[in-house]
Amino acid sequence: MVSGIFVVLVFVIGIYCILATHNLIRVLIGLELLIKAVTLLIITCGHKTGNMALAQALVITIIVIEVVIMTVAVGVVLGIHRHNNSLDSRNIRKLKG
Amino acid sequence: MSALLVLVPFFSVLILNLPFRPAGKKLVFGVAAILSLLQMAAVFIPDSAFWRVNQNAFGNIFNFELSADILSKLVLFCIGMVSFSALFTTRYFIQDSDERFNFINVILIAVAGMNGVVLAQDIFSLYVFLEITAVASFILIAFNRDALGLEGAFKYLLLSGVATVLMIAGIALLMLSAGSTNFSVIHSVLLNHNKDFLISLAIGLFITALFIKSGLMPFHGWLPDAYTSAPASASVFLAGVVTKVAGVYVLIRILVSVIGFSASIKSVLLFAGAISAVIGAIAALTQSDFKRMLSYSSISQVGYIILGIGSGTPLGIAGAALHIFNHATFKSLLFINSAAVESELGSRDIEKMGGLAKQMPVTSVTSVLGSLSCAGIPPLAGFWSKLVIIIALWLAGYKIFAVIAVLASILTLAYFLTLQRKVFFGKPNDEFKDIKEAGFSLAFPALLLAALMVGVGIFSPWVLNGFILSFSSILGG
Amino acid sequence: MFLEVLILIFLTAAALWTVMTRSLLRSAMGLALTSAILTVIIFRLNAPLAGVFELSVCAGLIPVLFISVISLTQALTYKEALEHMKSRFARFWALPLIVIIAGIILILMNVKLKTKLPLPESQADVRFVMWHLRQFDLLGQIIILFTGVFGVVILFKERKKSG
Repeated sequence: MVSGIFVVLVFVIGIYCILATHNLIRVLIGLELLIKAVTLLIITCGHKTGNMALAQALVITIIVIEVVIMTVAVGVVLGIHRHNNSLDSRNIRKLKG
Repeated sequence: MSALLVLVPFFSVLILNLPFRPAGKKLVFGVAAILSLLQMAAVFIPDSAFWRVNQNAFGNIFNFELSADILSKLVLFCIGMVSFSALFTTRYFIQDSDERFNFINVILIAVAGMNGVVLAQDIFSLYVFLEITAVASFILIAFNRDALGLEGAFKYLLLSGVATVLMIAGIALLMLSAGSTNFSVIHSVLLNHNKDFLISLAIGLFITALFIKSGLMPFHGWLPDAYTSAPASASVFLAGVVTKVAGVYVLIRILVSVIGFSASIKSVLLFAGAISAVIGAIAALTQSDFKRMLSYSSISQVGYIILGIGSGTPLGIAGAALHIFNHATFKSLLFINSAAVESELGSRDIEKMGGLAKQMPVTSVTSVLGSLSCAGIPPLAGFWSKLVIIIALWLAGYKIFAVIAVLASILTLAYFLTLQRKVFFGKPNDEFKDIKEAGFSLAFPALLLAALMVGVGIFSPWVLNGFILSFSSILGG
Repeated sequence: MFLEVLILIFLTAAALWTVMTRSLLRSAMGLALTSAILTVIIFRLNAPLAGVFELSVCAGLIPVLFISVISLTQALTYKEALEHMKSRFARFWALPLIVIIAGIILILMNVKLKTKLPLPESQADVRFVMWHLRQFDLLGQIIILFTGVFGVVILFKERKKSG
């Protein structure tokens, strides 16, 4: 399954992005890349089983959910920016983990 | 007709918002309270047309495949109970009626989402409603738009997003192997080929995702931050029911109805549960912030529940389910108490508190009851669920884990005694001389939850047998 | 077959560029590019409806959302930007290596899969599946859109007291 390899590669890129970045927006972009990888996975699985109808239904639903999550995430990031005046993720260490 | 549990909260939100907004603002509290009471009552409707699969409600317009067994009904009851309590706290904590209107609307949406998770019979629909619950939780945590709340919301959002991605990957792989996303179809396929690499990968992805969502170690990073920084009513709601439904219930449902138990799954569960139960309790001992201590306590209790599931027997799962119910009761109660203390004193630092028992009698009595139930002291309800889990572990041959469970219980008792001594008993602090008891809106749900705890605890010996038997039917099939 | 692999390599390269590029704006545009390449793959695999959604939403709406947030938030000063570039390189240089190594490992692993062939009636159309088989999901989509509306109303508002 060739595309499986690329799914994992994009997944790795996304995870690395989330871990290595200091900027909150880049974290969201990394999350977006993860969702892309998984979308590719669903389409590939649908293609392999021949059940493209189900796969497309799943992908469409996931895209709708993804938009809402990103919107709320952007709202939270904007709120953080209003408080700290920066998007540096090192500044949001106020809570003691 | 069980689709009503999802449709009615959602349509109430629609109706309250779109046509009748001014009237909606006054009515929202009453509507939400009635809905949660109805949900608690609906659980007791006997097995019949209401809970049938494949509803053709409203003359073939809607065609959902929903069904519920004893586990789902228990969780539905918890959802109703905790949302009812959380609603009352909003009258105390959110003074502005516009804000309260929005808050209660989001709670109703979260309830609709959780009901959907509980009733779904298809992995993907379960995922969709899980996301609804998650988004509603992000909004609730960030509700006051203060710096700490937004930070907690962001951390939860990030980890929940990663869990989401892992779960979708698992669903895709299962769809590849089984051709459908329906529980029963996948279950029958998995019974035949479960040594396949891709299937094991899918199961591993699922379990990892659900561990993240439940807040088990080592994925618990978001939980103390999210619970502590959320507004008080949101903490009650989240700690009481959202994490349980979103994480633990889905785990039980997937293991019981879809994947089935294998030796490796059970060992993973037992290890993760044991580590969370013990380390969560130790971490709780060292906290000086009231809410943070309760959050680590939640991590520890979820570890307990996972230990119960890890035993793989109907007895263990029944104990775990009962502990979900008990945790919903005593944790919501304790969070209500901590919120009362925080709002009256203006601080959450337990080092500064003392001797509040005289000034806040209702809060202190209910909190003592809650703490004892959590620590597992008879005859309160918590004792029974912990006992069942320990016995299940022992009988299933995992004797070491049973001992670890008892150890965790002792640690739980330790940190709660510390909490009680520092906050409610001991020498009163002069700073807080003029504190009064919190108002009716907080006392009422606290007393209600405490009464439930005591009642269930006293009546447990009678109903426990029947309860556990119904669980064997879930697993046996 | 070779064409498919080529497009997939482009996808990975675009994703890599999105992460490694310095400027946030270029990163958001890289995201749009990655989504566009994914759309091409989706169309080639005969999934037109999903492709349309992917293109319009993930390659359009979401990057626009990100670009508006980026524009609304402050940029770094020149000195901060220089420092930032240096530390960035130190953090991110490992990524292409990791990707290539992971790719080689995965090619060598050569996973075989066992799939279940679908039942005959699943030659159905997406539209049929979505309306008749997955109605619960549709309800879920409607509810989550409402939740998003609440999120925007609650989170995007300025606080009444001073921040």
